[in-house]
Amino acid sequence: MLVLEDVHTHYGKIEALHGVSVEVKKGEIVSLIGANGAGKTTLLMTVCGNPQASSGRVILNGRDITRDPTANIMRSGIAIVPEGRRIFSGLTVEENLHMGGFFNTKAEIRKSQDHAYELFPRLKEREHQRAGTMSGGEQQMLAIGRALMSKPNMIILDEPSLGLAPLVIKQIFEIIGHLRDEGITVFLVEQNAHQALNLADRGYVLETGKIRLQDTGKNLLANPEVQNAYLGG
Amino acid sequence: MAAHNFKHALFCAFITLLISYPILGFNLEAQGINITITGADTTTILGVLLAAVVVFLFQLFRDQIMGRVGDLTSLTAGKHKEPMAENRRAKIESWVLTGIVILALFWPFFMSRGAVDLATLVLIYIMLALGLNVVVGLAGLLDLGYVAFYAVGAYTFALLSQYLGVSFWFALPIGALLAATFGLVLGFPVLRLRGDYLAIVTLGFGEIIRILLNNWTNLTGGPNGIGGIPDPTLFGMEFGRRVKEEGNTSFHETFGIAYSGEHKVIFLYLIALVLAVFTALVIRRFMRMPVGRAWEALREDEIAARSLGLSRTAVKLSAFTIGAFFAGFAGTVFASKQGFISPESFVFLESAIILAIVVLGGMGSQIGVVLAAIAVTILPELAREFSEYRMLIFGAAMVLMMVWRPQGLMPMRRIHIELKKQE
Ligand SMILES: Nc1ncnc2c1ncn2[C@@H]1O[C@H](COP(=O)(O)OP(=O)(O)O)[C@@H](O)[C@H]1O
Ligand SMILES: [Mg+2]
Repeated sequence: MLVLEDVHTHYGKIEALHGVSVEVKKGEIVSLIGANGAGKTTLLMTVCGNPQASSGRVILNGRDITRDPTANIMRSGIAIVPEGRRIFSGLTVEENLHMGGFFNTKAEIRKSQDHAYELFPRLKEREHQRAGTMSGGEQQMLAIGRALMSKPNMIILDEPSLGLAPLVIKQIFEIIGHLRDEGITVFLVEQNAHQALNLADRGYVLETGKIRLQDTGKNLLANPEVQNAYLGG
Repeated sequence: MAAHNFKHALFCAFITLLISYPILGFNLEAQGINITITGADTTTILGVLLAAVVVFLFQLFRDQIMGRVGDLTSLTAGKHKEPMAENRRAKIESWVLTGIVILALFWPFFMSRGAVDLATLVLIYIMLALGLNVVVGLAGLLDLGYVAFYAVGAYTFALLSQYLGVSFWFALPIGALLAATFGLVLGFPVLRLRGDYLAIVTLGFGEIIRILLNNWTNLTGGPNGIGGIPDPTLFGMEFGRRVKEEGNTSFHETFGIAYSGEHKVIFLYLIALVLAVFTALVIRRFMRMPVGRAWEALREDEIAARSLGLSRTAVKLSAFTIGAFFAGFAGTVFASKQGFISPESFVFLESAIILAIVVLGGMGSQIGVVLAAIAVTILPELAREFSEYRMLIFGAAMVLMMVWRPQGLMPMRRIHIELKKQE
């Protein structure tokens, strides 16, 4: 579904990704783990075309999107929950959700909105509250809900557990599992290696802009190298 | 702590002296072709010293003073009031606006000619501020060259009437569309820039247009400007004492009333009122449409907005173009009201005043913009003796606003909401 082939990405003259190849197949949950500054966010943003890859190819559903403008990519069945949630804090919860379905019809928006409230009853309670006044966990739920509003086949999440309480993290990961059961392909980027790999069908380990390891989630969890570096021994 | 305050206060007092003494303490006098410097009289020097002392004392006790001010803020901001529902607030706002418009329709018939003329100017500023509000308040693009589009509108009408004899009603949409085109063409390269850079480039653009108008003497008459711009007509009826154009009739003869110069002033006022209402309604409509929400989203968080598939360029350009369109509108009305325009009317100060109206009004809210436009245009007229200090009063008002109501007179959204109790 999503394929990255030998992708190099630069910020100015500095190369942040040194030839990364990743594949996410339809219906999978694929987790990418790596330390701070490894290039995880860069990799996701390259998929979105901001910044664009300087060489290599990004292929979505068999189509080369390496040089497509961000706006077009984000309208072709893929949605991202960006790092740090980035909800519209001045808008209400409902308005945030509606922004997510910007290019859909009113009827579709209503349906997706009901669905988002089903997944996150908490959001329904806070429908008319301004998003910026909610807790971190609720904001993360909103960010996921908003991404789902465009009815994507694939959702990309950038460190959804960042800065959340363990109980909330558990909830978020349950929802991610649930999304796969609904048929949505999930590409999950995390520093929280244990839970991310536990949930994943397959996983990648990114180290300073290069894929270091790749395997099934279970095997990576059992891998002594991974255990030492990412699971605290 | 106290020692630090003392040092800081001393420093501020020194800066006050340093800035005001050279400006106020010397007089330049022209004697023939020579200019001589003379010292100012003692009262000025005493005044400067007094100012330094006031600054010193204020800075010394700043914490206490600002503490008091903070208390005041909580009173005025109505912190303890229940927040009003968004839609209820919107409803009240439309009622108030409708009321204002109905009042505004009738009062010129009871007012002096000067007052109506001034009110027309207020309406022009309202149009300008409503337009700039789209760009700055809603889309969050700091445009310091907005006056350029105003100039395009005004000059379009002036030139069209001078060279082709085009009437006001024809020139109105043409001026607005041309201004919008300028907005579109200019916005394209400029809108990639962010924040400060955008502000500087738009500032430069505003100056370029003014300088162009000033120097393209063949076409625009340069600093001499263009005169004899016709008044609007009402279904072919002119408001002058004698009919200027063939085929037209005159208003007072048609209705068999005595000629009065006031008819024209009131008519222009009513046109400006109708156009200002039109501007407000159209922009309101835009705000409710998806494009309005896109402006807001992009202002709030550009990365998030783009991640949802919004095109940054398209969204920003739409705001820029619509803002320019209404500036062109206002420009046409202005040219017709003045009958004469020159580049003098389109200096940076105008951009600054319009921006001040938007900021004072509370970015994004229409009632706020209307109130601020009235205040900013009328107050200097009421205090004519102080007209030299206009900019000073203006600056002071801005600083006070930033202290008391940084969100503006009527912020678009509630800044503050009661959290529901956690279960
Ligand atoms: N906008 C940027 N400009 C320049 N360098 C950047 C930018 N964003 C990230 N980087 C650099 O790219 C590398 C990877 O960063 P990032 O993708 O954010 O890592 P991660 O998400 O894994 O923490 C880091 O060295 C970081 O400093
Ligand atoms: Mg990151």
